[in-house]
Amino acid sequence: MTSAPSESPAPAGPAPHGPREAILEARDLVKHYPLTQGVVIKRQVGAVKAVDGVSFELRRGETLGIVGESGCGKSTVAKLVTSLEAPTSGSIRFKGEDVTRLSGRARKALRRNIQMVFQDPYTSLNPRMTVGDIVGEPFDIHPEAAPKGERRRRVRELLDVVGLNPEYVNRYPHQFSGGQRQRIGIARGLALRPEIIVADEPVSALDVSVQAQVVNLMERLQDEFDLSYIFIAHDLSVVRHISDRVGVMYLGKLVETGTESEIYEHPTHPYTQALLSAVPVPDPAAEAGRARIVLDGDVPSPANPPSGCRFRTRCWKADERCAKEEPPLLVPGAGPAEGPARHPSACHYAEEKARIVPE
Amino acid sequence: MTRTQPDRGPLPGTGTGAHTSPLLHVRDLRVEFRTRDGVATAVDGVSFAVEAGETLAVLGESGSGKSVTAQAVMGILDSPPGRVTGGRILFDGRDLLKVSAEERRSVRGARMAMIFQDALSALNPVVSVGRQLGEMFQVHRGASRKDAWAKAVELMERVRIPAARARAGDYPHQFSGGMRQRIMIAMALALEPELIIADEPTTALDVTVQAQVMDLLADLQSEYRMGLILITHDLGVVADVADRIAVMYAGRIVETAPVGDLYRAPAHPYTRGLLDSIPRLDQKGQQLNAVKGLPPSLLSVPPGCSFHPRCPAVRPVCHADEPPLYEAGAGRASACHFWKELLDDECAE
Amino acid sequence: MAERAPESPSAPGEPTAVTGDAPAGAPAGSGTEAAVGAAGLAPAPATDPAAPPSAPQEPAPGERARSLWSDAWHDLRRNPVFIVSALLILFLVLISLWPGLIATRNPLSCRLDRSLDPASPGHWFGFDAQGCDVYTRVVHGARTSVTVGVCATLGVAAAGSVLGGLAGFFGGWWDALISRLTDIFFGIPIMLGGLVFLSMTGSRSVWTVVAFIVLLGWPQIARIARGSVISAKQNDYVLAARALGAGNARMLVRHILPNAVAPVIVTATIALGTYIALEATLSYLGVGLQPPTVSWGADISDASQGMQFRNAPHILLYPAAALSLTVLAFIMLGDAVRDALDPKLR
Repeated sequence: MTSAPSESPAPAGPAPHGPREAILEARDLVKHYPLTQGVVIKRQVGAVKAVDGVSFELRRGETLGIVGESGCGKSTVAKLVTSLEAPTSGSIRFKGEDVTRLSGRARKALRRNIQMVFQDPYTSLNPRMTVGDIVGEPFDIHPEAAPKGERRRRVRELLDVVGLNPEYVNRYPHQFSGGQRQRIGIARGLALRPEIIVADEPVSALDVSVQAQVVNLMERLQDEFDLSYIFIAHDLSVVRHISDRVGVMYLGKLVETGTESEIYEHPTHPYTQALLSAVPVPDPAAEAGRARIVLDGDVPSPANPPSGCRFRTRCWKADERCAKEEPPLLVPGAGPAEGPARHPSACHYAEEKARIVPE
Repeated sequence: MTRTQPDRGPLPGTGTGAHTSPLLHVRDLRVEFRTRDGVATAVDGVSFAVEAGETLAVLGESGSGKSVTAQAVMGILDSPPGRVTGGRILFDGRDLLKVSAEERRSVRGARMAMIFQDALSALNPVVSVGRQLGEMFQVHRGASRKDAWAKAVELMERVRIPAARARAGDYPHQFSGGMRQRIMIAMALALEPELIIADEPTTALDVTVQAQVMDLLADLQSEYRMGLILITHDLGVVADVADRIAVMYAGRIVETAPVGDLYRAPAHPYTRGLLDSIPRLDQKGQQLNAVKGLPPSLLSVPPGCSFHPRCPAVRPVCHADEPPLYEAGAGRASACHFWKELLDDECAE
Repeated sequence: MAERAPESPSAPGEPTAVTGDAPAGAPAGSGTEAAVGAAGLAPAPATDPAAPPSAPQEPAPGERARSLWSDAWHDLRRNPVFIVSALLILFLVLISLWPGLIATRNPLSCRLDRSLDPASPGHWFGFDAQGCDVYTRVVHGARTSVTVGVCATLGVAAAGSVLGGLAGFFGGWWDALISRLTDIFFGIPIMLGGLVFLSMTGSRSVWTVVAFIVLLGWPQIARIARGSVISAKQNDYVLAARALGAGNARMLVRHILPNAVAPVIVTATIALGTYIALEATLSYLGVGLQPPTVSWGADISDASQGMQFRNAPHILLYPAAALSLTVLAFIMLGDAVRDALDPKLR
C-alpha cells in the first residue's frame, strides 16, 4: 500500500464481469442524535433518527451512489463509514473486520484505507496552510506511509495526478478556483493510497462547466488506482453518470437499491419515481412527453418520523397497511418473476411506472 | 475592438412583439466594480427585452454577471463598489437610470419585484410572516392593519401554503425551505407587479420541492401575465418554463434564442459545451465532454472573444476580433464568428 | 479520454483565475512571482492519459517548501510597519533593562527649588512638581510600565487563550464550567476589585499588580478565544484532518490555532495600553505601586493633579507621549503579525 502513484500497476482495464468481492459491508446502521433539554442537568427528550437501519455493501472497484434529499441521512452515512461518527448500533465491516469497535491505533490505521472528499472546497482546505502542507499532511499523520525524504516528491506527484501544476505547492488555497480546490481535496484524499473514497456532494458546489472536469477526474482515478467510491449527492443525473449501483434514501432509510439501470429505468418505489420525475432534463422535447409526479408537502422531521412506511404521508398509494406495517427492503413478491424491476424496494405496492425518465 | 455600439437599431433576438414596446428593455447596460486590484467590468454591454407574460431565462455560471444584471435592473446594486456606467433600462418606456431616486423606489416592489435564492435571510426573523406580508399593503396601499392581515392570509393561500390562516402568525424559521420560498413569492406578488426577477429561486431547494415551486411560479405568471426574468445556472430548470434564454459569459450575452432552438441546436460553442458537459438523467454516458479551463477573471477578460481560451473550435480571428451579437435566424443571436458553421454542423448530425 | 492538466495555466505568468459572483474577490497572482517564475521552467504536464503519471521534476534548486510561519516571517521582514514597531519595542526593552545607558542621573534625587522648571540644557524635558528631572523619570519609568504592560498582556493572553480555547474546543462540561467562571470574573468591576484585592496585600511589587491584572483580565481574552475556536472548529478542514486520523494536539496546533489567533492578537495588543494606564490608576488610588517605584502611570497621575500641567505642560506631555508611543508600537506590531498570518492579504 505504500507504493507511490508513479509505481502503481498499469491502469486496470474495464472491471471484470460478474460481481467482485465486497470490500465494505454495512449492517443495520443506526445513528440517533439525542435531543436534550436543560442547561446543567440535561435530560434526553427524544432523538433525531438521522440514520435508522441502513444496510449496504460496496464491492471493490465499483461506485455506489447514494441519493436523497436534504435531511435523509446520506451525509451521516458518510460520517459513519469514515469513522467521523460512531454509530448508535449496527456494524461496518471493512474486509470482514468490524471497524466500529476499533479504537486508537487500529482505527488510525483503518483511516488510511477509507478517505473522504468534502462538499465545500472553500471550507475543506485550511486557508493558512500551503497546498504542499495540505496534501502532505496525511504523511505527517501517518509517517509510515512515506519516508521523510520522499514526501515532497510524493506531494508533487499527487498534484500532477489530479491535474494541477506541481509547482503550486507553495501557494495557498485562496489562490485557486473552486474546481482546482476540489482537485487539491482529492489529492489529499488519495495521498495514503486508500481503497475506498467516500465523496459527499463533491461537485455540487462547483460551476456547471467545471463539474464535468471533476467527475471525469474521479472516474479516471478510479480506474488508475482501483478505487471503490461511495458517491453521495442530491443530483440524480450526476449519480447516474458515475454509479454502478445506487441506493435511494428517505428519512434515514434506504427505500430502494439496485443497479444504475434498475433504479433509473425501472424504479418501483413511489419515492424514487417522484424524485426522478422531478429532475428537470435540459431538453424541452424530452420534457414534453414525461409523466410528472409532483409531491405534496415536505419531508417530515427525522425526530418524529411517521409510523409504518416513512413515505406514506406524501405517497399517493398509501393506505392503512402503510401506516401499520413498515415495508422491508426486499425484492417484491408480486410482479414479474424476472427482469430489471426485480430489485429491492421498500414498498408494499412496489410497481414500475412508465415515462418517469424520458426515453 | 469597438464593441459597444449604442443604438445599433432593433436588437436581434429581442422577442417577437415588435409592434408594441416591450415591458422591459435593457440596452447596452454596463456595470463596473471597483476593487483593490482594479476595475472589474461585471456587465459589459448587455441588451435584452422582456414582454408582458414572457419568461426570459438568464443562464450563466458564477461571475458571469447574471446576478449583477438583475440587481442593476432592480436598482439594488451594492454601490459602492458597484456602479452602472452606461446603457439604459427602459421600463414601460421610461429610463429607470434617469428618474429620481424616489420614483425609482416607487417602481421597486410595486411594479417590479424580486425573489432571492436564500429566503431565510431575505425575511425578517423577528416579525411574523403575516405581518411582513401585510406590511406591503400598509406601506404601499395604506391598508388598515386588519385588512392587511386578511390580504396576507389570502396571499398565503394563493401560493398554496396549507392552513394559511393558522400559520400567518408563525415566524420564518418555523417554515420549511420550500414554504419560505413560497412566502418570498407571495411577498413579490403582493402588489401585483408587472415584472418579477427571480434570482436562483430554487437552487437551495430539494428536487421534489423545486418542482413544486417552479410549477407555482409558472402558474402565477400566466395568471397575472407578468414578465418573468429567471436567473439560474441550471440548464434543466429552465428547459420547460422559459420562453427565451439568454446565455451570459464573462459579463456579456453570448447567445439568445427561443428555448426549444437553444437546446436543439446551440449557436455558440459555450452553450454547446455546457449542454454537452452535464450528465443527463436519461442517458448513461461514457465520458463527459468537459469544457476545458476556467471562467476568466473579470479583472482580466481575454481580448477578442472572451471564450476563446476555452473554445474547442477557436481560430486565429477569435484572439483579436471580438464578435458582435450576430443575428442567427428568427429571434436568435450569437456572439460567435462562426455561428453559421456551428448550426450547419448540428443540422448535419 | 480523461483530460490531464486542464486547469494548469497554459502560460507562465498567467494569473490564477479568480471566480466568484462578486468581482470584488481578492485576485490571486500577487506575491506569487517565485512560483510563477519556477513554473516557467517546469515541463508541460503530460497529456497522454494512458501513460502512467510522469514523475514530476525534482524541485528547482534554491526553492524550499514554505509554511505559514516561514511565509509570515518572510512577509514581516519586508513590512515597514513591522520594522518600525519592532525597533521601537527593542529600544524600550533595552532602556527598561539598562536605563543608565541614556539617563545617567538618579530619578529619585530631586531638587524642590527647580520645581516645574521648563526645559533647559542638560534637562531637555524640564522638571516636575517635586523638582525631579522629567527625562530621567521617563527613562527609568519605562521598566515598570513596560514590565506591567507586557507581562500582564502575556499572562492575560496565555490564561485567556488556554481556558477559552479549551472551552471552545472540547465543549460540554469544560465549556459550561469555564464559561460560568468567565461570567463571574467578568462581573467584578476592575476598580472595586483592585481596591479590595490589592489593599489586602501588604507590600506590593510590580508582580503583585501583574498578577492582579491577569486575574481579572483573562475573561476578556477567554471569551474571544472561545468564540474564534468554535467558529474555526466548524470548518470542514478540521473534519478532514480528523478523517485523516489527526489527534487533538495536531488539530489544535495546525488547524485551529492559526485560524483563531487573529482576534486574540488584536484584542491583546489594544489591552496592553489599558493595562499600563490601569497600573497608573491603581497607583493613584493608593493601591498600586508605591513610591519610590518610578512609573509612567504614577507620573501621569501626579501631573494631572491640581491642574499643575496648565502652567507646566511638559510634566504631563512627556510621560504621556512615552506611554502612547509604547501602546502604538505594540498595536502596530499586533496588526503586522495578524496580517502576516493571513495569506489572503499577501
